[in-house]
Amino acid sequence: MSDKILLGSRKGTIMIERIHGQWRPRPIAHAGIPVCYAACDPRDGTLWASLDHGHWGPKLSRSRDDGATWEDITSLKYPKGARYIVKYLPTPDFDPSAPSGEPEYADAAVFKIWNIAFGNANQPGRLYAGTIPGGLFVSDDGGDSWELNRPLWNHPSRGGDLFAGDAKTTNQWHGTPASIDYGVFEPGIHSIVVDPNNQHHLYVAVSTAGVIESQDGGLTWAPRNQGMLNDYMPNPETEWSHDPHFVTHCAGQPEHMWQQNHFGIFYSDNAAKHWKRVSAPDQGVHFGFPIAVDKSDGRTAWVVPAHSDAERMSIDGGLFVARTSDGGQSWQRFRTGLPQAHAYDIVLRHALDASGDVVCFGSTSGNAYISEDRGETWQCLGNNFPPIYSVRFG
Amino acid sequence: MPKVEMTQHLYRFFPQLKNQTINVPAGSVAEALSAINLLAPGFTDYVLDDHGALRRHVNLSINSNIIMDKKNLSDRIPEDATVYIFQSLSGG
Repeated sequence: MSDKILLGSRKGTIMIERIHGQWRPRPIAHAGIPVCYAACDPRDGTLWASLDHGHWGPKLSRSRDDGATWEDITSLKYPKGARYIVKYLPTPDFDPSAPSGEPEYADAAVFKIWNIAFGNANQPGRLYAGTIPGGLFVSDDGGDSWELNRPLWNHPSRGGDLFAGDAKTTNQWHGTPASIDYGVFEPGIHSIVVDPNNQHHLYVAVSTAGVIESQDGGLTWAPRNQGMLNDYMPNPETEWSHDPHFVTHCAGQPEHMWQQNHFGIFYSDNAAKHWKRVSAPDQGVHFGFPIAVDKSDGRTAWVVPAHSDAERMSIDGGLFVARTSDGGQSWQRFRTGLPQAHAYDIVLRHALDASGDVVCFGSTSGNAYISEDRGETWQCLGNNFPPIYSVRFG
Repeated sequence: MPKVEMTQHLYRFFPQLKNQTINVPAGSVAEALSAINLLAPGFTDYVLDDHGALRRHVNLSINSNIIMDKKNLSDRIPEDATVYIFQSLSGG
């Protein structure tokens, strides 16, 4: 169980520590700078924050002294020649027949470093970062230098090798409204899952494309969306076009994988070979963004449900957390300690985490809550934080 | 030599530039930014994108004229000019 929590927020990085049984926030770091993700590398304690500078470009920031000092890392960049096929937000006035019908290409530049993941214990220095517009970057020197994973970037699902020439296949990666703030509509890698038992075994999840697996350390990639349902598609069981909001696994039983998807909660007990929808819409346990899984019991997971994509906020003004301990066959809803009137929070995809019996989440309304009894009762950590984008135990 | 003025926001990341008179050789905007980058390594990563183009929310003017070529930064800076680097106003 961890005694440290990192919040990534609209106005900086906030560390909350448990001291003599009380959770206390430290003064904010990166003051005034949007931080879309912050986490602690469990291998060496290095703190990481993804800075979302509006003007000066996305940057990683690293602290090797527990937050006393931070250094910006500017080496995560797309290589020359990295292109992708442009997608447009399907707004009501968008006319899909207006363009020529030929793919339109753009040179890739980093819009957002959306997720940071850490390699196995036997891979010191290995880090991963997922970006908008859909790049997986890898570092083997603790983040000093980064390289784009080209097999995924050049995957047939993105049109093939656009370094070499124009598209040979149909692009299956679509945009995500999460990037609209930036005036763009591009795909994003928001989830990176590393098998703790096999360093060559990775998953990424893309909004909007789906889950993609590599079993050879990133040399080849294949979709893992069997059983997934996209209710908006003519064929909901499409191979692509899925919108996982967040994908994770059980560290102790990594074949147990979970995703909070746009179209419900999905669970796999066979390493994403097949997914099953396990949400309970009649209980309001269906739509949402984040999901957390118990570190040792792969059948136990938590979600913070929200009203459908029509509203994207807590249901009927009351905030609750739902937990399953049987692989999603049943859900329990917990409300004690959470506001049950006039609450309009939304908890974003990286803003829920669990560590042992402790569960924590934060909302874009600046509220953060913690439970020390596996989500059953809650106490407030603060109501006046900036909008919270990520919550991770350190 | 041309003079450079910049938003104080950039001093947060490059405190060595604060309260300094910054002069660069007359030439292209690209050459001027390279000269600043020698004074403050990493400076161009904040004002230019992955491909060396001016970031979308950064403005750069020669005297009162916003530069035309934001991709290759080829606008010429006269000997007696002042270059201004500032952020687009946005957000709340």
